[in-house]
Amino acid sequence: MLLDSLFNGIAIGSVLLVAALGLAIVFGLMGVINLAHGELMMLGAYTTYVTQLIFKLPLLKPYYNAYVIVSIFLAFIVSGVVGILLEKTVIRKLYGSPLETLLATWGVSLILQQFVRSVPLAYGTGLIISLLVGLFLPTIFSSKIKESINFKYIRFSSWVIAALSGVLTGNLISSSVSKLSRASARNVDVTAPAWMRGQVEILGTAFPKTRLMIIIITLISVIAITLFLNQSAWGMRIRAVTQNREMSDCLGISTEKVDVLTFGIGSGLAGVAGVAVSLLGSVGPNVGGNYIVGCFMVVVLGGVGNLLGTIFASFGIGIMTDLIGAGRLLSIWPDMPLPLSNTINFFATTSMARVMIFALIVIFLQFKPTGLFPQKGRMVES
Amino acid sequence: MEFKNLKLSKKTTFIIWVGIIAFVIAAPTILPVFRLNLLGRYLSLAIVALGVDLIWGFTGLLSLGQGIFFALGGYCAAMYLQITSSSEFPNNIPEFFGLYGVDNLPFFWEPFRSPIFTLFAIWVIPALVAGMLGFLVFRNRIKGVYFSILTQAALLVFFNFFNGQQKLINGTNGLKTDVTELFGQMVGSEQMQRMFFWTTAVLVIAAWFFSKWLVKGRFGNILIGIRDDEPRVRFTGYNPVLFKTIIFSIAGALAGISGALYTVQSGIVSPQFMTVPFSIEMVIWVAVGGRGTLLGAILGAVFINYAKSLVSEALPASWMFIQGGLFILVVTALPEGVLGWIQGEGPRNLLQRFGLKRKIETYPSLEINNEAEDLKK
Repeated sequence: MLLDSLFNGIAIGSVLLVAALGLAIVFGLMGVINLAHGELMMLGAYTTYVTQLIFKLPLLKPYYNAYVIVSIFLAFIVSGVVGILLEKTVIRKLYGSPLETLLATWGVSLILQQFVRSVPLAYGTGLIISLLVGLFLPTIFSSKIKESINFKYIRFSSWVIAALSGVLTGNLISSSVSKLSRASARNVDVTAPAWMRGQVEILGTAFPKTRLMIIIITLISVIAITLFLNQSAWGMRIRAVTQNREMSDCLGISTEKVDVLTFGIGSGLAGVAGVAVSLLGSVGPNVGGNYIVGCFMVVVLGGVGNLLGTIFASFGIGIMTDLIGAGRLLSIWPDMPLPLSNTINFFATTSMARVMIFALIVIFLQFKPTGLFPQKGRMVES
Repeated sequence: MEFKNLKLSKKTTFIIWVGIIAFVIAAPTILPVFRLNLLGRYLSLAIVALGVDLIWGFTGLLSLGQGIFFALGGYCAAMYLQITSSSEFPNNIPEFFGLYGVDNLPFFWEPFRSPIFTLFAIWVIPALVAGMLGFLVFRNRIKGVYFSILTQAALLVFFNFFNGQQKLINGTNGLKTDVTELFGQMVGSEQMQRMFFWTTAVLVIAAWFFSKWLVKGRFGNILIGIRDDEPRVRFTGYNPVLFKTIIFSIAGALAGISGALYTVQSGIVSPQFMTVPFSIEMVIWVAVGGRGTLLGAILGAVFINYAKSLVSEALPASWMFIQGGLFILVVTALPEGVLGWIQGEGPRNLLQRFGLKRKIETYPSLEINNEAEDLKK
């Protein structure tokens, strides 16, 4: 019973965690709240859907079972690229004014939502591919070539190639997969491959495999991001900029590159979260909105600049949601006094559990206003 | 940031006012009923926009949860209307209770039998809720983006609460007002709608003058001080928590009034008033009109909503793109809004670009020496 509750809580928490991880990293580094984060998740979820359909083509049919694994990487890349584009075009102009960024990213989220409604997914894929080529083709040339020829021409020609490849892929996909060739605002469903359906029995309790898969995805993402931040050179630079932007700038760290990189990684993690979300329910233009406020609560509760806070906060919220929302407190302690049990019954739905958790978070913030693990500093404004 | 006021002579001001009053009186005869009703609704939205401008434009608090107070005001009005016109239904309680098998009126409905209580409740209850929420948040010096997120979360919480409680307030269906009666007449009737339109117009003007008075004196200066440098205000000996709480409750009260007027003119109040997009839209009205300019908030609310209804009638799918683009455009290219741009250096810069006006000569060293600009960042 307790194990069951714990597992459910961890399952809810791990979705929150993988979604909030990217948000927390971006917020910690730039102080920017990305309201389009939910829509980047949505893009990840749609990527899973598109990958699934493409893997049903005769050529890739033998590998169909592996599509989930492939889609994790693809979703990371797709959302990451859109995130990088977002940073380069909009967010870069707004550093230092977080409230304006918030509004601008909301605008982006509206556009992305309407985009998946009114543009066929095949051409959306084509667009993403052309973005990918356009952004990364110039970087693969060695610096020697860049110096010998005018770099402008290289950049221009790579965008031409990018546009061509985008149109080609778009047409190819739309002609081979009929489901992707028309725009639709309806929700779509991702079906898990056979090896992920069903349940696993551990210690006499049955756990659905998809949930386990989500927990594994989360675990891998957390480990990977921790290793990246703590072991790699770029990770060190990111941490340095998070702690003190001016000082890092003075010491020769290119804060501009760090910003792009961080935003790309944060958005990519949103894509991975999208894969997890697509395994849980149907995928639609509004799917991101259901998770985004939960993610914000995790960031507020966990504090900035510390992954540990994010982890604790998301599992805390996940377990509390399950305890309150499913009315498990009653079954754990069956003979509690009547007024208390009435109150608990009143809050024993998913939506009312949210009400309760918000109240608890506001109460918690009265004691620790900067979250679980605040950054220490002596600034007036912290 | 500095907002200069347009200098108008007394005579022009007088003429403008005569024009406005003449339009308000004549509007019901000029406009068809449908358009009049729309205009009335948009004018009532202008009141909530004034509140947003007070807290965001002047105090620097970006609230994404004004929908809470808007809906609370709407619910107060709708509860009164429902309960006073429920005499022919079983148990003398509003009809929808019968659907859920509720025989007794929930206790919090009782006071809404009184019209005087309702008139106060419409703005006092939202103000109290806003004050309480604001105090709990401001007390801990939670500000900036954190504040915005918390208000958004609060909005979602209220939405969930109202959406889920069928037996208390009809849940997701909301409360209808257009078939209820007020002063012996149907609220949805043409005559009543005309009355509501005039009431709204008067209240918008009243709210505008009230806000102007509020930000003009010392109180307004402190608000602007909090926006520009809160620690300095605190070190000077003022308590920002108090001022922020007061202005947040005032904005809540304005939102409540606005919600009540909107409800009686649209004929229904439902949890849809508390959705996240609607509350963010309120912010964009102010941003487009010009934050820190009260008139901008009013004009922004009316014109953007008008544009929204026109575009949605013609091309339903494109409004989301336009709105999204508007958000991005206004914060990147027009941070002071349209009115702020007109009142500021905007027109002069535009004329300069086309070579129609001579550049202002500045002290040469200011242009060479960019150090001062860099320090600001």
